[in-house]
Amino acid sequence: MFNFAFMRYAFAAGTAVAILCGVIGVFVVARRLPFMTHTLSEIGFSGAAFGAWIGWTPLQGMMVFTVLSALAADQLGISEQSSNHASDSVISAVSAFFMGLGVLFLSLSSQNASYATSILFGSIVGITQQNVWQILTIAIIVLGILALIYRKLKFDSFDSTGAETEHVSRHWMTLTFLIMVALSVSVAAQIVGALLIFVLLTLPSSAAQPFCRSVGGLIGLSIVLALIGTWGGLYLGYLTNWPVTFFIATIETVFYLLSLAYRKLNESA
Amino acid sequence: MSDQPLIQVEHLAMAFGTRKLFTDLSFTLKQGDFFCLLGANGTGKTTIIKLLLQQLHPTAGTISFNERLKSAADIGYVPQFRNLSGDYPLSIKNFISLKLCNSFTPWLSQREKQAVTKALQQTGLTAKQNQRLGTSSGGEKQRAYLAQAILNQPQLLILDEPTASLDQDAKYEVLETVQHLNQVSGMTIIFISHDWPLVKKFGQHFLELRAGSYISGSTTELQLKKEDENV
Repeated sequence: MFNFAFMRYAFAAGTAVAILCGVIGVFVVARRLPFMTHTLSEIGFSGAAFGAWIGWTPLQGMMVFTVLSALAADQLGISEQSSNHASDSVISAVSAFFMGLGVLFLSLSSQNASYATSILFGSIVGITQQNVWQILTIAIIVLGILALIYRKLKFDSFDSTGAETEHVSRHWMTLTFLIMVALSVSVAAQIVGALLIFVLLTLPSSAAQPFCRSVGGLIGLSIVLALIGTWGGLYLGYLTNWPVTFFIATIETVFYLLSLAYRKLNESA
Repeated sequence: MSDQPLIQVEHLAMAFGTRKLFTDLSFTLKQGDFFCLLGANGTGKTTIIKLLLQQLHPTAGTISFNERLKSAADIGYVPQFRNLSGDYPLSIKNFISLKLCNSFTPWLSQREKQAVTKALQQTGLTAKQNQRLGTSSGGEKQRAYLAQAILNQPQLLILDEPTASLDQDAKYEVLETVQHLNQVSGMTIIFISHDWPLVKKFGQHFLELRAGSYISGSTTELQLKKEDENV
């Protein structure tokens, strides 16, 4: 399997993305931002389509659109942890508009349907060596920033009231985190596609919740589950020629359902 | 210095626009006191706390702090509401440690671990430190919030209605822990509450805000005054 360069690239990129999403996902879930994250990925689709129109790579287009959207969301105050119907409606409208915009850009760029499919559902085996380096660089930058603000981000994400009381600044923290999420979404979409961002950014960290009692534990297990899904998906995709994204999504969903069952069993015990 | 009050409030007034919350409010908080702040909703209890925490500036009057309250770490504060759901994953110990965020290392230093151990002991949570906070009882949760607030061993501990949503047993469990911190660890307490029996049992002095005025004194006087009102 590793005799093929495209499989080596796919494993390298998949590993970097799984580790990045495993870590960031823990904070996305703690800050109750999965829906917001999904919206960012749909905006990312529109960015990739825009890139196709003006000659950028999908990753460049996605990064520009998602980072700008993260800044806008911060300004509009829809990134707060307390979700409500009003902010959900705003997010739904933004999401719908950008998906429509994405279709327009694709039409203007006269790309074929398979290009749209690869943006929406991922194309890990089409990853090039240059893509691998880009993904690795972004993953290292995001994880480096996280290492610098780890304790403060942990406090703000897992006890926002306490962090506010202790004057652990929340605005720059929220803004920095949203940019980190935007970058993570952009690279994760290269693997699982813009429509299935939940697969790596939310499911592994949600599945880890009932088994861990520390942030370090949650991050560790979330990375392991994301890696098993990504490696398992690549291997099964290689064996069967079926889409890798299907296998990754299935494996992560099974992990999540098992975790739900464990939680229910514990509650009834 | 120990005879000096911890906080001296003189002729304090606070207004938001044209709405006056209180005027000419004066009181003294002595070291080691268990001071209870009473009053109906909207009379300005939380505003006084925000003034003491220097999050607001008074319209008039002065607040003088003893040298013992020279930094923010000398005041511990337990806010009224905390939005933690039943599936909150962290253990009590890991929740308490979240406050230790002024370091770049992802793991706790020996000194930080000792601070957590001491706070767990002071709040009687040592045996429950690995229990999930989300599935802990209301009393255990409030004691965990207390433990987080006292990690730096503050001189002054401010509690904003910590017993509001608790049953009777849990209220006593929390207040006995606070009393222990007051009597054994020497922390001065400001306790905001609506619960008169708890104030009478555990408090030493009180200040009751009323619309446009206030009364203050020792809690034994409070008992007499309330009994007089009931006659």
